[in-house]
Amino acid sequence: MKITIASGKGGTGKSMVAANLAWALSQSDRVTLVDCDVEEPNLHLFFPPDDPESTDVQVSIPSFDNSRCTLCGDCARFCAFGALVVAKDRVLFFPEHCHACGGCALVCPAGAVTEIQRPIGTVTTRHLSAHLSLVTGTLNEGEVLGVKVIREAKRCAAKPGWLVCDASPGTSCPVVETLHGSDFCLLITESTPFGIHDLELAYSVTSCLGIPVGVVINRSDGKDEDVRKFCNERGIPVLATIPFDRWIASVQGSGDLISRVDPTWKERFIALGGACRSSVGGT
Amino acid sequence: MKICIPSRGPEIQDLVDERFGRAPYFIIHDTESKMTEAHVNSTAGAMGGVGPKAAQFLLNHGVDSLVTERVGGNALEALKAGGIRVLLYEEKGSTVADAITAFLKGNLKEQ
Repeated sequence: MKITIASGKGGTGKSMVAANLAWALSQSDRVTLVDCDVEEPNLHLFFPPDDPESTDVQVSIPSFDNSRCTLCGDCARFCAFGALVVAKDRVLFFPEHCHACGGCALVCPAGAVTEIQRPIGTVTTRHLSAHLSLVTGTLNEGEVLGVKVIREAKRCAAKPGWLVCDASPGTSCPVVETLHGSDFCLLITESTPFGIHDLELAYSVTSCLGIPVGVVINRSDGKDEDVRKFCNERGIPVLATIPFDRWIASVQGSGDLISRVDPTWKERFIALGGACRSSVGGT
Repeated sequence: MKICIPSRGPEIQDLVDERFGRAPYFIIHDTESKMTEAHVNSTAGAMGGVGPKAAQFLLNHGVDSLVTERVGGNALEALKAGGIRVLLYEEKGSTVADAITAFLKGNLKEQ
């Protein structure tokens, strides 16, 4: 069962729900939690420090053989990202613009382009308990190809049991890549005009991808009519409501998990996992 | 000698655009024949890499000098590699014709 935790708006509590859901489910099942917020991964902060294994994520970038290059310009004409300029006597390459598509090597009629590997990030695996692993994708500073790091993190995390992917906020490529292949998406929102506005954006993405969703209302002050109306009109189930509560904030603020501290919350998150599975027809 | 001025519009009376890669037009002026031609910058709205793309456009059109208010690092590197001089023209609110006149006077600073 692959669940992605997403939201349009930042700061709604995606990581909080992802970490609590993964921890609670891991009390009886195998769970792999994947931090796909590769520009600012932080799920490891909920768990004790350890000695993780890291591997580099590499992309293929072009290397030019000047003795073969005829300066015809085909590579630069093909490059949609402005990573190549063919000057009078050589090809200039701007690696930070390269999206590693491999097109320049394909179109070069002189065979002057070979591909070399360049690291853009890392994937780190932590074995937090017998049943719970955390896979973290980290994009190196100044790099743009977060999607490649997310893809590699998900590949490393492909194990039996529950897969819980924590997406970045927003609705663009990194979120789409995180959602790709998910059985279900939990959209985390809050009952503010901003929360509802961005929930609608996130829902439009999951609808395009054909992924079933449920909503979790976080920091609820009990006045959730607008979110519930939005969900009712679209047939989206509201699967959990987490109150706006000083105790929850203080547990969260200290880097702990409410499901680890309070058995009632552990049961609620286990029930949330069950509701996700039921929503896609699982048992 | 061919010079290029990034412009807001296609005429020499149009204002100089303060950007290079994202300028909507490139005006190319030939100082010998006095001919001027306007080109739409087809990559002005691209997501990224507009500096190198604009530099490639100038290289393909045989431009010798770029007269501009500012230029990014990648574009500058590409222009220099292609032997194109970059001359800074920082008079706010000027027209392309003003920039051509300033270039012909010969006292613009090279970047």
